[in-house]
Amino acid sequence: METKKSMSVSTRASDPQALSESSAGLLRELVAHLRQNRTQLREEWARRITRAELLTAMTEEEIFAEATAVYDNYVEALETGTFEALQAYSRRLSERIIPRGVETDEVVGIVLLLRDVLARSLFTKYQDNVEKLNRILDSYEPAANRIANTVAVGFVEERERIIRQQQEAIRELSTPVLQVRERLLILPIIGVIDPQRARQLTEQLLRAIRANRAKVVVIDVTGVAAMDSGVANHLVQTVEASRLLGATVIVTGLSPEIAQTLVTIGVDLSEMATVGDLQGGIEEAERLLADRAAPTTQVREIAPESQR
Amino acid sequence: MEVPILRQGQYLIASIQSALTDADLSHLREALIAQVGRSRCRGVIVDVTALDVMDSFAVRTLRDIAHMARLRGAETVIVGIQPDVAFAMVQLGLTLKGVATVLDLEEGLAFLNRRTEERTFDTKPKKPSARG
Repeated sequence: METKKSMSVSTRASDPQALSESSAGLLRELVAHLRQNRTQLREEWARRITRAELLTAMTEEEIFAEATAVYDNYVEALETGTFEALQAYSRRLSERIIPRGVETDEVVGIVLLLRDVLARSLFTKYQDNVEKLNRILDSYEPAANRIANTVAVGFVEERERIIRQQQEAIRELSTPVLQVRERLLILPIIGVIDPQRARQLTEQLLRAIRANRAKVVVIDVTGVAAMDSGVANHLVQTVEASRLLGATVIVTGLSPEIAQTLVTIGVDLSEMATVGDLQGGIEEAERLLADRAAPTTQVREIAPESQR
Repeated sequence: MEVPILRQGQYLIASIQSALTDADLSHLREALIAQVGRSRCRGVIVDVTALDVMDSFAVRTLRDIAHMARLRGAETVIVGIQPDVAFAMVQLGLTLKGVATVLDLEEGLAFLNRRTEERTFDTKPKKPSARG
């Protein structure tokens, strides 16, 4: 590597003009060489992958099949100088192999291995003609780097896309608003509440209050490990907004740690009805619901007597 | 734009149909308070279902209506606040404290029925309803 670099520098310095003119021809020669030795180079590459213990999640046949496809795409990208096909392929490849548990370093590793295998075959072929080897490498190296880059970036992008998708799914899943009985909703909150999730929780709760015509809501925060002043204030706002829609909110399951933090940082929760655990919260809610229904019936029964 | 005030039994119902200017709101307040006494009604319902924005003046006017009507002998309940509006109000600190709010017109009527029955037939003061 060291010698090659210094040689290429010297070549470029000596005659850059001639180099650019002939580079297209050299690239053609290079591609022809890679096509010619396709079987042998591909096998060598697959062998090196196995030896380096990369792609351990895949069988040898699968590795060979993927290696063939990558090899052909690689050569094509070298030949045409366009990377769209390769990009599309690496995206498809990533879609296939990410669920199998293939890591980023493995993908980067195999692409660099291929680069190495091909470079070695060039060394062997042109070992008698150092001048030509230099020029071949000059046209090969930038393209090869770009290919490696494209595949790695494609893989990482696909992974990030999947992560974003999963985050979205988790968010949706993590905020169920449940109707326990008529007019009573439960909102169990589990996990970390960040501002975005808090906002989403509130929106979903307020919609659910309207849709179910809820009178009482129990928000259970047993599964929340920590709460800062921002989230606590948001909770208070949610309680007040629910009241505007005509629903009473009971908060249950505030852990000792959270209780201590909230009091220490001085969040005003005096407006909030809190009950120790979910069971107590539901009991309290049933009382509220019964209270609400009671006056009408009770008073009607008593009314005739008191009027007489 | 004039807000129609309907009479339904013992109650007055003001249904706001579109965004109101401050002058319209003040006018609504005066008309309601005047009618409360004239028609000897026991309850006022202000329906804000059609509003998708509520500023501080609107909230203050609603609160004033509730307090003034109480002085004139009628309970007030605000109905139909939209979820988004409710959250925006709370974020601006406009929480309508001390004013009864319920989901919709039906709930509002039920609420007033409960309130007036409590007042009519109970000699001893009841514990305040959770809606308070």
